[in-house]
Amino acid sequence: MAIDVATVRKVARLARIATPEDRLEPLAQELNGIMAWIEQLAEVDTDGVEPLTSVVGAGAPLRDDVVTMGGDASVITSNAPKSVDGFFVVPKVVE
Amino acid sequence: MSALTSLTLKGAIDGLEAGDFTSVELTTAHIEAIEAARALNAFIVETPEQALSMAAASDARRALGAAGPLDGAPLGIKDLFCTKGVQTTACSNILKGFVPEYESTVTSQLWRDGAVMLGKLNLDQFAMGSSNETSAFGPVTNPWRSTASNKALTPGGSSGGSAAAVAADLCLGATATDTGGSIRQPAAFTGTVGIKPTYGRCSRWGVVAFASSLDQAGPIAKTVEDAALLLTSMCGHDPKDSTSLDVPVPDFTQFVGKSVKGLKIGIPKEYRVDNMPAEIEKLWEDGIAWLKEAGCEIVDISLPHTKYALPAYYIVAPAEASSNLARYDGMRYGLRAEGGNLTETYENTRAEGFGDEVKRRILIGTYVLSAGYYDAYYLKALKVRRRIAEDFDKAWERCDAILTPTAPSAAFGLGENSNDPIAMYLNDVFTVTTNLAGLPGLSLPAGLDSNGLPLGLQIIGKPLDEGTVFSVAGAMEKAAGFNAKAGKWW
Repeated sequence: MAIDVATVRKVARLARIATPEDRLEPLAQELNGIMAWIEQLAEVDTDGVEPLTSVVGAGAPLRDDVVTMGGDASVITSNAPKSVDGFFVVPKVVE
Repeated sequence: MSALTSLTLKGAIDGLEAGDFTSVELTTAHIEAIEAARALNAFIVETPEQALSMAAASDARRALGAAGPLDGAPLGIKDLFCTKGVQTTACSNILKGFVPEYESTVTSQLWRDGAVMLGKLNLDQFAMGSSNETSAFGPVTNPWRSTASNKALTPGGSSGGSAAAVAADLCLGATATDTGGSIRQPAAFTGTVGIKPTYGRCSRWGVVAFASSLDQAGPIAKTVEDAALLLTSMCGHDPKDSTSLDVPVPDFTQFVGKSVKGLKIGIPKEYRVDNMPAEIEKLWEDGIAWLKEAGCEIVDISLPHTKYALPAYYIVAPAEASSNLARYDGMRYGLRAEGGNLTETYENTRAEGFGDEVKRRILIGTYVLSAGYYDAYYLKALKVRRRIAEDFDKAWERCDAILTPTAPSAAFGLGENSNDPIAMYLNDVFTVTTNLAGLPGLSLPAGLDSNGLPLGLQIIGKPLDEGTVFSVAGAMEKAAGFNAKAGKWW
């Protein structure tokens, strides 16, 4: 399952992290080292074992479908890198 | 004023109540200590004006007879907790300059109970690290030094700032968080007490997320009683966190000092790992002897899947992190690094904003969740996670609490493990199991190694049974008689 340069390039793209070409090979080696160590999980017999996603027994709690916060655009945009009149300013999405 | 900073939290609250000093005096002493200790790099944001105004308000409340359980006590806050109007960055450049418009539930409960905020504490970036070296603000230096050399040691991580600040008497207690050992390992490295409660005890609302099914807040404190006092304030149901447990919170301090006679203490054989220093083995034996003397029954137990906990963690935690950290896109808050189009802006922002360890974990998480690998890695890890939880379920049929070392070594030198991710990950070998199983775990200082550095022991409890953990910790604290402090060099 060795992770090659092409896989690192693809994963970095999926993760939206710009990664220079000269970093791909060292990263592939690092990730391979970690994944090789993780491989020992294959030794564990997990046949018929239910995956454990949450240690909290209860299901998702429900609440009334009402607005609980919000309604103040200046608060929401106060940390925005760019904003105008209570709107986020973002790069053009549709050409 | 140094006498005031050497008080325990409980001692300080008693002194305030007795009128021996005011919160303004107590807070001023701590502000001065922080200013004199900048070489430690524990506080990354100091809020002296806010602290003094909170202290004055506390003194006024106490004069009216309306003091809360923590009234007037100055605390440090790990910079993973959002604090309204005070910069919160998780020690990452991607959140540079972020000033929350809201307060985390845990900190709001501390202020509700009267505590005073001294400032924000350094940590490993996004709580990912075991040495504080991944912080964008530079590492914290442990106040403790080896008697063998003066080299700078790590305070552990990720809550290294919290642990160092408490150990150096810069605050009476601190908030911390623990995803794989981030409260307990730094506590062990600094001679302090730290507890991660049962998953769901503390609300995660307003705490910068790392791995949501594992993250839990808890305190780092000078004594077991102080930790109990802080944890009582920090816990409680919060409708804003869907995994917050709707269960009553006892006054945890009532369990400290309670007899442990007749309790069964499990000793897991799998925690005797290869290359464990003889001193840690010896300390563990000491702990067993103390508990026997206190009337506990020692039971050998087996937690057979222990060795798989870390590899499982390094799938589950990065997977959750890659999802949680997708929110940092440079659009709504934090850093934005422009690119030629939207995707490039995302990519540049995240490349510039995240540190190397954070990127490494996001890449692992993205990989194990990607098409073709999800079942082989992520699902497999979740199944192993259940095996680990089942190990504990079986153990609880035979014992009431479990005693283990906290970490496989004493504090190591800054830079010593930073080029070997797996060596760094192994710091959490004894602590990560409780995160995967959701159990409470407490570390307390139990002795010094031959270089004069503190070593910790860990007590693991049943779900929601922090009470027994505190009783056992109280008995061990008494028997250990640990009162060593780091010699002041800063």
